[in-house]
Amino acid sequence: MITKDYIITSAQGMHARPATQLVKLAKGFKANTSLKKGDKTVKLNSLLNILSLSIKGGETVSVIMDGEDEVSVAVVIDDFFTKQLKEL
Amino acid sequence: MKGIGVSPGIAIGRAFVIKKNAPATNGIVLKNQVEIVTEIERFDISVVNALGEIDAIKNSSQLMLNDDDIAILETQVELINDPQIREDVVAKIEAEKKTANDALIEVTAGIVALFESMDDEYMRARSADFQDIGNRILKYINRTGDTNARSFEPDTIVIADDLTPSDTITLDLNLVTGFATQAGSRTSHAAIIAKSKGLPAVVACGDELMTINHNDFIILDGLSGSVYVNPGEEIISRYSAKSDSFKQQSEVLKKVKDKPAITADGKQVTLLANISSADDLDMVHDNGGEGVGLFRTEMLFMDRDTFPDEEEQFEFYKKAVLQAKGKPVIIRTIDIGGDKHLSYFNLPAELNPFLGYRAIRISLDQEGLFMVQLKAILRASAFGAVSIMFPMISNVKEIRDAKLILNKAKTELTEAGIAFSEDVKVGIMVEIPSAAVTADILAKEVDFFSIGTNDLCQYTLAVDRMNEKITHLYDPFNPGVLRLILNVIEQGREHNLHVGMCGEMASDPLATLLLLGMGLEEFSMSAASIPAIKNIIINNTEAHAKQVCQQVMAMDSSENIIAYLKEITQ
Repeated sequence: MITKDYIITSAQGMHARPATQLVKLAKGFKANTSLKKGDKTVKLNSLLNILSLSIKGGETVSVIMDGEDEVSVAVVIDDFFTKQLKEL
Repeated sequence: MKGIGVSPGIAIGRAFVIKKNAPATNGIVLKNQVEIVTEIERFDISVVNALGEIDAIKNSSQLMLNDDDIAILETQVELINDPQIREDVVAKIEAEKKTANDALIEVTAGIVALFESMDDEYMRARSADFQDIGNRILKYINRTGDTNARSFEPDTIVIADDLTPSDTITLDLNLVTGFATQAGSRTSHAAIIAKSKGLPAVVACGDELMTINHNDFIILDGLSGSVYVNPGEEIISRYSAKSDSFKQQSEVLKKVKDKPAITADGKQVTLLANISSADDLDMVHDNGGEGVGLFRTEMLFMDRDTFPDEEEQFEFYKKAVLQAKGKPVIIRTIDIGGDKHLSYFNLPAELNPFLGYRAIRISLDQEGLFMVQLKAILRASAFGAVSIMFPMISNVKEIRDAKLILNKAKTELTEAGIAFSEDVKVGIMVEIPSAAVTADILAKEVDFFSIGTNDLCQYTLAVDRMNEKITHLYDPFNPGVLRLILNVIEQGREHNLHVGMCGEMASDPLATLLLLGMGLEEFSMSAASIPAIKNIIINNTEAHAKQVCQQVMAMDSSENIIAYLKEITQ
């Protein structure tokens, strides 16, 4: 299992557009991925659940990845939060 | 009637009213396992059909979708496919023996209620998207296959309770000149779409809007939020004229918006905006501003009972820094005193408040308050390109003292393990004549200058800006003021310092060429002024500006200078 913390770098936070992107990314892997903000944890395969966390710019979230291809997921997730998110 | 204007412009045309039937539950209780399985299947097939409909929209060449439209559709695909929504619907069918229709209506209502209760305006506005998704699937559950592609007569104004993402994509917006909705907010889908398509739009008009009938003559003003139904001749002719001038103006501005501010002979300048809060940044981006040259922090301190603490200040600055999307933000430390007072901070009455206890003088005197602000700004610097600017500097000691406190703030943050950017630039407002005259001395202490022409003018000419009897003496084109400005720019260049200007003069089209000729490289002004100033820069050369500067600096009075500048600007 891999856990990583990220600061949300887009001003608007996890809006529909980046959240959609994230769900699509996570679906490409076998590993179970989930997103944690505060004491709430949701599966990354549900856009509804991600949006319901109401993640704002500047907040910190943790991503938990668990499964045989977790290392590859971690690379893709890392790229999403550190690079792509700023442009979405 | 009046709503919230969310997308500027004037629309004049005939009403097309869209009324929707609210989905209704049927209250049927399922009798056995076979019915339960059938209802779950019904839901799953409806999902497949709803997805097929979106695919068809996506692949339609007729609709000419842009990237934003596609992104909205992709979000809809994910939501229709959402495993959590399916899980909730299936649970209701299985455990509560409800039909797919009722289960979906209830699940949708629950999600809508959840999002409506959120504290974030954007998220609240998403409740309409979930209602839309629910309706899309529901349509197939009940097999009322409305293809919902609508076509319009030219100059149609769409009147609706609210416009969902699917509405705005399938409506043929090419023939629509504007829309008004009963519900909605600045961040509702209808508002976002209107802005991206440049259509005038008014939202949140209230129940009165739905009294409008098909083909009523409508005028709507997307800036003020006014909606007129069957107006008289006078209003029609007034708005026709307004509409024409708006179109002309926006054509010119649109052309320069995304162009860099480079003169015809290749001199690039930076056009920044003055802001008071994060909310102003939308306007900055819309007008092609390249960042923030002056973030006044006073707004946070006004209209309240106590000083905002470090956390609150940090949030306020951080929000603006994030909203600037990586563009530079120059944050000015508090400039109270003078004409700006705080109810909870007792400033004794003074004979000459503008020459009194204000701005950096208060900050250096009240080190505790200053520390709180500096720490909050430093913390915000971890989120973007932040610079700090001190106002009302009159001598080198003030800069050194302020920097000492800034270093103390950095040390405290480092010791507490709190992140901030290591390369926060430090600059000063040059707005007191002594600072302008000794620019060469002060230059050694800072990374940048920003010329504040409003105060510089009032102090140089000994003219109280607030005294109406002597307003004719308040004159930024006075050769004395111009010489000071030129000195600051020249000394700044000499010492490889960045020199900007954030006073009124930076947004005065009459002064643009003169300042460019003096060598000013950064102009900061209200966002709305940026396109007009950029237009001047793009259409002139630096060589010409230098000649203008030479001419002006040789003149003996502001009357001659203004007459000359008017002649060459016209």
